[in-house]
Amino acid sequence: MTTIDTNPSRIQRIHAAFKTAKAEHRAAFIPFMTAGYPDAGRFVTVARTLLEQADLMEVGLPYSDPLGDGPTVQRASELALAHGTSTRRTLELVKELRQHTEKPIVIMTYINPVYAVGPRAFMRLAVEAGVDGLILPDLPPDEDIEIRQLAAEAGLALTFLIAPTSTSERVRIVTAACTGFVYAVSVTGVTGARESGALSEVPALVKLAKAHTELPIAVGFGVKDARSARAVAVDADADGVVVGSAFIDAVVAGQDLAGLAAQIVTGCRKD
Amino acid sequence: MNLPTYPLPDERGRYGIFGGRYVPETLIPALDELRDAYAEAKTDPGFLGDFERLLRDYVGRPSLLYFAENLTKHAGGAKIYLKREDLNHTGAHKINNCLGQALLAVRMGKKRVVAETGAGQHGVASATAAALLGLECVVYMGREDIRRQALNVFRMKLLGAEVREVTSGSATLKDATNEAIRDWVTNVRGTFYILGSVVGPHPYPAMVRDFQSVIGEETKWQLEALEGRQVPDAVIACVGGGSNAIGIFAPFAYLPEHERPRLIGTEAAGQGVASGFHAASVAGGRVGVLHGSMMYLLHDAEGQIQEAHSISAGLDYPGIGPEHCYYSDHQVAEYVPVTDAQALDALQLLAKLEGIIPALESAHAIHQAIITARELGEGKIVVVNLSGRGDKDVAEVARLLTREEGEARA
Repeated sequence: MTTIDTNPSRIQRIHAAFKTAKAEHRAAFIPFMTAGYPDAGRFVTVARTLLEQADLMEVGLPYSDPLGDGPTVQRASELALAHGTSTRRTLELVKELRQHTEKPIVIMTYINPVYAVGPRAFMRLAVEAGVDGLILPDLPPDEDIEIRQLAAEAGLALTFLIAPTSTSERVRIVTAACTGFVYAVSVTGVTGARESGALSEVPALVKLAKAHTELPIAVGFGVKDARSARAVAVDADADGVVVGSAFIDAVVAGQDLAGLAAQIVTGCRKD
Repeated sequence: MNLPTYPLPDERGRYGIFGGRYVPETLIPALDELRDAYAEAKTDPGFLGDFERLLRDYVGRPSLLYFAENLTKHAGGAKIYLKREDLNHTGAHKINNCLGQALLAVRMGKKRVVAETGAGQHGVASATAAALLGLECVVYMGREDIRRQALNVFRMKLLGAEVREVTSGSATLKDATNEAIRDWVTNVRGTFYILGSVVGPHPYPAMVRDFQSVIGEETKWQLEALEGRQVPDAVIACVGGGSNAIGIFAPFAYLPEHERPRLIGTEAAGQGVASGFHAASVAGGRVGVLHGSMMYLLHDAEGQIQEAHSISAGLDYPGIGPEHCYYSDHQVAEYVPVTDAQALDALQLLAKLEGIIPALESAHAIHQAIITARELGEGKIVVVNLSGRGDKDVAEVARLLTREEGEARA
């Protein structure tokens, strides 16, 4: 591939976050929350609580038909949309978080909201709001070459996904297209908290990914507590641990988010 | 028999800009496997022989090409022929594709199939094929459609399928499709997804088209026998996702332009395209991505999918297959809106004139056939794909007509 002129600061901010975690002998803690959930005001409170202990944060831009998500994120997305959490509103919320944190924030959403606004315009708006990267779970990287060029021009990191079903060839294609970090899906399935026995395929997947790339490998889907975080961070030696549905469930149940985050951070420790 | 070979899609599963594979990475190896397995099966005399035998001995093919003399007289123009897919086993064209895919599932060693359904016709056809071939079958169906199509739900259960209710989103076909894809993502190693329309990620739109092409291929030789020519002047079919339409269009669509008949797809215009309550993706949509494919789509300015509205559950889908999108952009076919009221009138008209109760979906095409027959005039020939029978709709039609009478009295 030809070298592309990029604005490295956002991508570097992501790499630096993983580097810091690594230097401290732990996997980076990456909480996820759906923008505008449970409502705009409480989202900011919840996200700020999670950001206190986070290395990076994933913000979900809600979509009407999230076919990679399980019931928890689906319901959160439906509710957020019902409350009027548009693309513009989501980016305003990121801007609001940006006033309180220098930590990397990445947007996770599906490709249709990006295409509807136009990839170039979408990325410009995202950069203006303080977004550092995009995760697009229904866009295999070879499906749209142009979006990678546009992200490079905008200086946004792009993260694509690998899965336990991925062949070595697919892992090569996907990791070569990532610029921020690689997202390894822990299970064949959709997002959602699971029994930790479900994570048995993670070590082989992380190992395969590391054979193809120097980029950090974050593992998501099905991590919900210290034990499952440890399975991913220690047993599989992942560089980052993504936790989403468990926090949404905790919001629903009115549980202590900071306490759950602290437990997961403990599970992320490698020493 | 042979399955037809068409110039599209390209090797990346594209019809111009349309199509593709916008799915979670988990499914990409499964789609590669499916593409390769289908390509192999397509050239295997054993597979083709099994498919042909089932279409003949089990479905009852060829389906009749019937000259609708009374309807022709009523319209006062071109001769109208009906391609009687309503006479197939299980009552619609869906069974053609389901048998093809279920045979492929068996060939690939899969023991379990999943399917989505709107009106229930594809669910019933999937359950039927699964029963015949000894496969476990799970059908996803929206809560709203389960209510509207209770009879089909019971048929699926009788056939041994498990019907899972979908309550997310608008609780209709689009959401049932999401849920079937989620099931497939989760159980991809042992499960085959029987997709019912020419939508979804590559190779589904091409595979479903090939299995349904038997409709158009039969039409050619049947018309030759009846009228001395293979190609009519117009071919008309209703379009939701678009599988019955592609089945009768594709065998004519790649003819040179001067030999090609007019191909007219009728989209469900619901209460009218201007009302916002419709399912007309070409007339009222913009390009977008849904269920793995780029297509004309009903979605808002920020890409959130909008609910489709149609009197017929089978057309109640916010997108349209990528090959139809290509046909539309390249003037290969025309797509015209037909409203709920027009379809309801056409259903009653065909029942009274010909003694045939069409599905509400197919009634959209009947409405257009009368218009086109008049336009073309005498000496011309129109073929309508009568994609399904109306038995499933009788209760709903009774409810709607009773309401109309009530309104007329008030």
